[in-house]
Amino acid sequence: MEYFIELFLSGLTRGSIYALIALGYTMVYGIIGLINFAHGDIYMIGAFTSFIVATVLSIYGFPMLSIIVLAGLAAAVWASAYGYTIEKLAYRPLRHAPRLSPLISAIGMSIFLQNYVLLAQTSDFLPFPELIPEFDFIEPYAHVVGSAEIVILITTALAMILLTLVIKFTRMGKAMRATSQDRMMAMLTGINVDRVISTTFIIGSTLAALGGLLIASHIGQINFYIGFIAGIKAFTAAVLGGIGSIPGAVLGGFVLGLTESFATGYVSSDYEDVFAFSLLVLILIFKPSGILGRAEIQKV
Amino acid sequence: MLELKSIHTFYGNIQALKGISLKIHEGEIITLIGANGAGKSTTLMSISGIAKPRTGEILFHDQPIHDKSPDEIVNMGICQVPEGRHIFPQLTVQENLDMGAFLRSDKAGIKSDMDYVYSLFPILATRRNQPGGTLSGGEQQMLAMSRALMARPKLLLLDEPSMGLAPLIIKQIFEIIKKINKEQNTTIFLVEQNANQALQIANRGYVIENGKVSMHDSAEKLLTNPNVQKAYLGI
Repeated sequence: MEYFIELFLSGLTRGSIYALIALGYTMVYGIIGLINFAHGDIYMIGAFTSFIVATVLSIYGFPMLSIIVLAGLAAAVWASAYGYTIEKLAYRPLRHAPRLSPLISAIGMSIFLQNYVLLAQTSDFLPFPELIPEFDFIEPYAHVVGSAEIVILITTALAMILLTLVIKFTRMGKAMRATSQDRMMAMLTGINVDRVISTTFIIGSTLAALGGLLIASHIGQINFYIGFIAGIKAFTAAVLGGIGSIPGAVLGGFVLGLTESFATGYVSSDYEDVFAFSLLVLILIFKPSGILGRAEIQKV
Repeated sequence: MLELKSIHTFYGNIQALKGISLKIHEGEIITLIGANGAGKSTTLMSISGIAKPRTGEILFHDQPIHDKSPDEIVNMGICQVPEGRHIFPQLTVQENLDMGAFLRSDKAGIKSDMDYVYSLFPILATRRNQPGGTLSGGEQQMLAMSRALMARPKLLLLDEPSMGLAPLIIKQIFEIIKKINKEQNTTIFLVEQNANQALQIANRGYVIENGKVSMHDSAEKLLTNPNVQKAYLGI
């Protein structure tokens, strides 16, 4: 039973990171119908930014908590700047082009970002400083859950609650929902759609950067390629839950994380991807629009 | 109030408007009638800044608006109810109306306009918390018009408000259009295939054919014009 709980909690942790990244995919898809393949690399940029800031600050002997906060802020701001710029340079000029064009542009951006970080930083794995301290109160349960897992779960839960409130109640949140449902009508009600799209990229990038910081400090190492794997997994989570649906992305992330964790624990870690992608195939066969996705109904 | 000067609008390489010129004065109800594909909706989309004209000028209160973005045009007081109504399907009736007031911040004014549209269409008040997509066609048309009114427009562009509706509902909708024009002093530019109904309530009318204005006169004269009768009134 303890082993089950341990796997369950590690699955939730993994899933919450997938969910954080998947939110960026699903929100962008919901608004402009584009799979932003560079999104995983935004997460990687976030991890690198927090790595650099955390390393520098720890050299100067800043207290641990302030390092986490500052590294997180720096990662969020820097990754958002990338997300915003990529949309402006690589997707906006293609707004009225056939759907394939921005998709190819997104793949190009992804390759560009990976190689840029490879050249500007290094191709080696870098040791990420351990930012999350071991809490004392966790000691009696240390064999089932670590403090990093607790911090990750709480932080992602807070981020998701905040996102839900923003989308449900703020002016910009309403504009985002309206734009995703009917972009032309959103323009006719006076919504500046370009601004809504930029905001969506900024929110998605912030969440991805947060995920980058959390997972990097948990796993303890990063390199320029981590965005590719995480991006593919998070994209799978988004499709699993129903792309375009925000609760779907969260649910898909958890389902994927738990599947991987149990497959690793009860079968073998060699099979974690097999189980993850088999699940995707199965769900797409029986529910092509994803768990919470709406089948598109065309009214004529 | 609004003046179109020789508008040419293209979709890709296809020319939809070949030099449309027209004038709308404050307080009028103007109708634009014509066959399918004549360029009626494109004219409205050009005014709203969605389909930008390639050449020509659009002046609103003598200011050029053809180079402005759709949200700036809404902010100047021109609102459109597009063909097919375009209700936000997953937003509730109330939220759809909130979206109409997106650019406004005068809480008291929004509240009183909300009460006004609910009094125009009491059925909407009973459906307040229902998703817009679950309404019937007639109710959606009422909601679309109410949403546009929530912006307190000076000029209201209506694209085929009668499309696909039962005759009784059509009658009700046209009554309300007249009422809005009178009570709110909102200038109305009405695009219709239902030429007879439209000319009944309009002051003046323009007839559009193949992207060009072929005729323009007072509504009474158009109603009795033998060419119009033959082509658009089925007489």
